Amino acid sequence: MKTTSLFRRFLLLGGLIASVGMAPAQAQLRVEVSGVGSTQVPVAIAAFANEEMSPQLVSTIIRDDLNRSGYFRIIEAGVAISETAPVSFDQWKNKGAEALVVGSVTKNVEGRFDVRYKLYDVVKGAMISGFQMDAQSHKLRLTGHKIADDVYEKLLGIPGIFSTRIAYVTKAGNEFHLEVADADGENVQVALTSKEPIFSPTWSPDGSKIAYVSLELKKPIIYIQHLMTGQRTTVANFKGNNSAPSWSPDGTKLLISLSKDAISQIYSINADGTGLQRITSGGGIDTEARYSPDGKSIFFVSDRSGGFQIYRMNANGGEVKRLTFNKGNVNISPRISPDGNTLVYVSRREGGDQVYSLDLVNGQELRLSDTARDEFPSFAPNGRYVLYATQLGRKGSLGIVSTDGKVKQKLSLQAADIREPTWGPFMK
Amino acid sequence: MRFTTVSKTLAMLIASVAFLSACSTPVKEEPKPVPVVEAKPEVKQPEPEIKKVVAEKVDTTKGPQGVATSVYFDFDKYDIKDEYKAVVEGHAKFLVANQGRTILVQGNTDERGGREYNIALGQKRAEAVRKALSLLGVKEAQVEAVSLGKDKPKATGSDEASWAENRRSDIIYK
Repeated sequence: MKTTSLFRRFLLLGGLIASVGMAPAQAQLRVEVSGVGSTQVPVAIAAFANEEMSPQLVSTIIRDDLNRSGYFRIIEAGVAISETAPVSFDQWKNKGAEALVVGSVTKNVEGRFDVRYKLYDVVKGAMISGFQMDAQSHKLRLTGHKIADDVYEKLLGIPGIFSTRIAYVTKAGNEFHLEVADADGENVQVALTSKEPIFSPTWSPDGSKIAYVSLELKKPIIYIQHLMTGQRTTVANFKGNNSAPSWSPDGTKLLISLSKDAISQIYSINADGTGLQRITSGGGIDTEARYSPDGKSIFFVSDRSGGFQIYRMNANGGEVKRLTFNKGNVNISPRISPDGNTLVYVSRREGGDQVYSLDLVNGQELRLSDTARDEFPSFAPNGRYVLYATQLGRKGSLGIVSTDGKVKQKLSLQAADIREPTWGPFMK
Repeated sequence: MRFTTVSKTLAMLIASVAFLSACSTPVKEEPKPVPVVEAKPEVKQPEPEIKKVVAEKVDTTKGPQGVATSVYFDFDKYDIKDEYKAVVEGHAKFLVANQGRTILVQGNTDERGGREYNIALGQKRAEAVRKALSLLGVKEAQVEAVSLGKDKPKATGSDEASWAENRRSDIIYK
């Protein structure tokens, strides 16, 4: 297996990424600009002083991250500016910048890199943020992502997600992989290979484990895999199907769907496979259960009304309330925003299966995706984006859309289908 | 103050995901060497954070000779059509005569919709076969009805003919 950058393997349809000097890979890139945020902060990004001495250009990583987010308009500084250099704020104001990112990279005697960064408010003529990090060469990408996260948060008031990870399943021929990558598609690592399908991966709240369903034993069985050790435990292997795992907010339990009593019903189970408790006892199918962020309620899919609709109930199974009423009879895969206020789901209508959001406070519904055959959405941990599976032609690919529906990216692999994406948590 | 706090938090963050950027290769290969300017030894590369696991593969064993192993369903229907009753009866006869044998009935669906939705739908097709076998005297312990959803298609096209081929239950002897 060769060292693979998903950035190279992905066809990144995300805007200006192709213009930042991935020369050998450009032949493989298809770029589609599709929308920007309703407001974009004009930010100037200087080259970091002496960064050409390091294997990764930190300022380029920051620029790519902010560009891709859709909420920044990048102003090329054209020069390297160290964090200790005096700044002429008027000069940057005249270039239309509201903020300026500067910094430096210094290799120390141990071969590590001292990265320093400052963020200025050009209009106020004041420093907003800044820090110093000591990074080994292989951590420079992460250092850039952390700086981009800080810029995003200081300028937009919402934490950035550039240093988080995503997981997804690839299929090439008859080989299935569960893979983990940085949120920008770099640093791909294979967590599981199988000759049989893998699906429904979900991250534990602390980001150390992934629960998923595997068909390797000719039926759906739920496993939890610790990413660092590779240790794998069977959480649920009851008679019939074991599927649709999702974690409780504290990471101690999972909601799962079992068909051990003929038809799919929702249960909770401890993460070690003990303490099975049945939650629903309906006459129809109940599945795809997810806890609300406060753990007090459960969103799920049921066909009890005839079609497939999304419902909410208390964590103990009481007080069931139907949430979707549109004419389409397939509304599935409910996901709750980190603040608990927005439901995202897949709805089958005239446009095909598409990602919709429902504001649980005011009842407002919004179509987020402009693709069809959409599946398996998941929220970014800052609640600002939704990652989902879709198809480009007949090939499985991924889409990312901002929760206002304005910023869109599509990601696909050259040589494999990609599906079942899930965005990991903030790493603490 | 703030500077220090942020710096410490970040340092911990970096430490916790440090291995990620170190190795994008699978476990047993050496990480791609980082360009090093000086001849001094680099800091020892850590173990990769994510350890690769290989899932096992299972072989099938034989059931009754000359009996088909698939039962097909109409769109949105979950009853066994007359033309497949002989298939179910053939397996029922074998299982009644061989009570030590057990089977998996795997329900399958066409490709439309999410995987979990199709797991739930496929289960209804597997259940239909399980119930029919049960009525013909097969013991409950001999049959496990499961669903593979849309992930094991016989036909990979995106048209009604392919979808029809995929709306089926397969009988697998353990």
